[in-house]
Amino acid sequence: MSGNGGPSLMDSLFQRTLEDLIKGIRLHLPGAGQSSFISKSLDEIRREIKSTDLQTKSTAVQKLTYLHSLHGVDMSWAAFHAVELTSSPLFIYKKTGYLAASLSFRPSTDVLLLLTNQLRKDLSSTNQHEVSLALECLSVICTPDLARDLTPDIFTLLTCGKMFIRKKSIACLLMIFGQYPDAVRVCFKRLVENLESSDNAQTLAATVGVFCELASKEPRSYLPLAPEFYRILVESRNNWVLIKVLKIFMHLAKLEPRLAKKVVEPICDHMKRSEAKSLVFECVRTIVSSFYEYEFAVKLAVAKIREFLLDSDLNLRYLGLQGLLLVAPSHLWAVLENKEVVIKSLSDVDQNIKLEALRLVMSMVSDNNVVEICRVLIGYALKSDPEFCNEILRSMLSTCSRNVYEIIIDFDWYVSLLGEMARIPHCQNGEEIEYQLIDIGMRVKDVRPELVRVGRDLLIDPALLGNPFIHRILSAAAWVSGEYVQFSRKPFEIMEALLQPRTNLLPPSIRSVYIHSMFKVLSFCLHSFLLPEKGVNTSLSNFDDIEPGFTYSESEQEFTEPDHATRSSTFQKSDTFMLESIDNVLTQLITSLTPLADNHDVEIQERVRNVLGLAQLAQQEISCHHDLKEKMVDKVNLKTSIIINIINDALLEDFGPIPFSAQERVPIPDGLVLEENLSKLDSICADVRLPKSESFCLIKPVLLPTDGDSNSNQQNEEESGTAVESTSLLAEHRKRHGLFYLPSNDKKIASSSFPPANDPNQRDNDVEDLVKLTEESLVLKRKPNLSRPRPVVVKLDEGDRHPITVKKTDENEDLISGAVRDVLLGTEASLHSNISSSRRKGKSHSKVNMENSETGNSSKRRSKHRDHGKNVEDRDENSEKGKKKSVGRHKARRRADGDGVVVVQKPIIPDFLL
Amino acid sequence: MGIRFILMVNKQGQTRLAQYYEYLTLEERRTLEGEIVRKCLARNEQQCSFVEHRTYKIVYRRYASLFFLVGVDNEENELAILEFIHLLVETMDRHFGNVCELDIMFHLEKAHFMLEEMVMNGCIVETSKNNILAPIQLMDKAS
Repeated sequence: MSGNGGPSLMDSLFQRTLEDLIKGIRLHLPGAGQSSFISKSLDEIRREIKSTDLQTKSTAVQKLTYLHSLHGVDMSWAAFHAVELTSSPLFIYKKTGYLAASLSFRPSTDVLLLLTNQLRKDLSSTNQHEVSLALECLSVICTPDLARDLTPDIFTLLTCGKMFIRKKSIACLLMIFGQYPDAVRVCFKRLVENLESSDNAQTLAATVGVFCELASKEPRSYLPLAPEFYRILVESRNNWVLIKVLKIFMHLAKLEPRLAKKVVEPICDHMKRSEAKSLVFECVRTIVSSFYEYEFAVKLAVAKIREFLLDSDLNLRYLGLQGLLLVAPSHLWAVLENKEVVIKSLSDVDQNIKLEALRLVMSMVSDNNVVEICRVLIGYALKSDPEFCNEILRSMLSTCSRNVYEIIIDFDWYVSLLGEMARIPHCQNGEEIEYQLIDIGMRVKDVRPELVRVGRDLLIDPALLGNPFIHRILSAAAWVSGEYVQFSRKPFEIMEALLQPRTNLLPPSIRSVYIHSMFKVLSFCLHSFLLPEKGVNTSLSNFDDIEPGFTYSESEQEFTEPDHATRSSTFQKSDTFMLESIDNVLTQLITSLTPLADNHDVEIQERVRNVLGLAQLAQQEISCHHDLKEKMVDKVNLKTSIIINIINDALLEDFGPIPFSAQERVPIPDGLVLEENLSKLDSICADVRLPKSESFCLIKPVLLPTDGDSNSNQQNEEESGTAVESTSLLAEHRKRHGLFYLPSNDKKIASSSFPPANDPNQRDNDVEDLVKLTEESLVLKRKPNLSRPRPVVVKLDEGDRHPITVKKTDENEDLISGAVRDVLLGTEASLHSNISSSRRKGKSHSKVNMENSETGNSSKRRSKHRDHGKNVEDRDENSEKGKKKSVGRHKARRRADGDGVVVVQKPIIPDFLL
Repeated sequence: MGIRFILMVNKQGQTRLAQYYEYLTLEERRTLEGEIVRKCLARNEQQCSFVEHRTYKIVYRRYASLFFLVGVDNEENELAILEFIHLLVETMDRHFGNVCELDIMFHLEKAHFMLEEMVMNGCIVETSKNNILAPIQLMDKAS
């Protein structure tokens, strides 16, 4: 409605000023009232902005800029009006125009091209404030086109006599370089000259800032400038500049170790002398991340860190912790010296400080103290808010599982710790715990009895079923209890737990794991009932007397037996009792599963039917013999027994982790051409679509969708269980491809005096406690009296889940320089795409040559005012050349990259500082 | 790029000044500001002034009813940024005389002007209050 009519005189006369607009917005409450006011004002603005009167237009743009920047109103439509204002001869309008442009223009704004001429005009203006406006605007909205067109103007300004202008043009360069890399060739020399002219502090800050940014992206090119940076480091008294120079050295030192010797001294001087905490902290950071080999420097840095840690200022304490974290990889003693503070910080009010402290505590963990530290941390987790509690659990889980549970010696303890974690009310790490429970089960044979015990404890607790966060853990517990049921003291108890009514709270995917575990438990019970092994069961009495918390000796003893014996040896019962209880179990199973046989979830339905089928068959046959209690000799010949025997054989097979590359290792048989004919086949049976491996599709990866190995195990497992026929196939497969499965490790069992994994009496968690224990385990390096050696952990040579490498400091160098190179290549590629490269190539070649020939001149020119160094001159000239060369080369590499040919050139590092 | 954005936000979480040194769309800005404001304003005096958010580190400080939030990249020196915030406030104080939220609201252009003198491209280029304020004083005289 308003857009069409031109602005009337009334509009101009009674135009709302910016102040009116702000007051108006303040009068309206946020919400509908305010937004309707804003849209009304926008209508006005749309009208006013078309005015020929600059005052009216400027006010309109001002108001629009305000709305855009604080109320998120789109103003891209007004871009042209902003450009119009910039061309006004009046500074005040020009300013409004430029501000609007710099706040609202985006790289795609089409009127940017219109701005080019105006910018050029203003850049060469005699009024320094107009130049400054143009520079500031350019530094924000610069595009490759603008940068290319305006590079000559900036080049001129770099030697401008007015420092006010010069510093801004230097700061603007960074943006120009980023948008238009060829500008480096034109302007770099002048930038370096500004670095060298130590006379004015104003431009130095800008220059160093630009170099700091450039060096952080690709430090190698700036190595030749090291002497200049060194001079600034020693001479400058401006903390802002010093901080930036320190950052530059942090990058350079990684490339040129010889720099360190020279630079460490002055950095330490600053650290000792400076009053400014920011500078001191920057020195600390530089020392501990780049110069950690210099013992005296690190000592000094750690002393400073300690001052920070003990300061009353929270910010300093936070930074102190961060500093410690940086030292930790190379100098763990520094953390130990300050461990009281670190541990105290675990209960700080500030989340950020707590997190840093937690990271530090985790950095102290080793195989000697992991038990104690985890005990204390669990205590903290119970006390903390949910968020931090989970953070603690997460870091414990990831630290303990690092490198295939490298630091865990006592797996029984660890497994029960996992069980304990599940019971922490806020625990939300179900997925990870689930993964680890199953992973450990497959990798560490010795821990299976304890694993089953932990699983049982989790399963029988009905309260846990109500917490959706730990459903995943329950799924793992169910799988473990089914898979390793032979280690269970009371299989019936597990069956009851799996059948409890509250399991209907579980999602279908997990319920089907439950049901499949029932199948395994049932077949195990039937097997031990129908086909008991003779001879092994004499030593044990009725297992009802044995508490779940029992001695470990039996399970160990069992363990030494061959596998099939183990299956039944735990399960000792007199036949009469067995018969009753088996009968009970079957009845119970059938009653509770029958309603599920029509479940909508196919997964559940199918599995339930499998279990029911087996259970009903068994019930029939067993109840037939019910009367003949004493005459169970023919049990072996029952139909059930035969089936059970087959099933049990299938279930008996132990699943180990399979490496991801297992498939690749299967040799292709002679004469089999995999890729041939398939296309023809496709056209032949276009309508006879074979259901491709349907059995696999139906079975969802229930347990671990993220994990390859265990998934395939799981699937294999399920297949074998659900379809009896497949058993033989599986066995066949195993026989043929046995070599691709990991060999099951021979079990070496040591003494059995195993301390209870988690003594409830030891649960007090004092700060002193942890302090003391870290002292013991870390300072004295005292090995705990291990009652038994670390069990065998099946490891794959490749393809394990987290190939985490513990970052050692010596690796850091490679990693970082590699990353920097990556970043560089990445950005260059993108930069390059902006430039039509092929055409410009020839040109730039000649340019480089020109520059190289110019180098001589420039260093001569410089020598006039640079005679204070004793014998700096020669070296300097070298360095100047070296630098030019390396810049030229840098360019050359850039071009090469653009063409897809990476020219690897050895960096020449001149000996400046030695 | 050291500084990536500067925000001034009042106690109610309303943005009073926003200066970005990298291009974000309006929508991205609004989400980012919302997240940061929620995170930082929930913190109290007993908590430190540094917050990590996405790829940014946010250094903030509260002066009276106004929060000054500066988003920097992870390499930046936190304490230096705190000093920068203080310098910014002192500079504004000198110009407005005990600066308050309303001063910044009604003189947004000037506030941006001061920032432009101090920071370009995310680099701190000027730290002398006299130098920062010189152009503005000239402008005030002229008008």
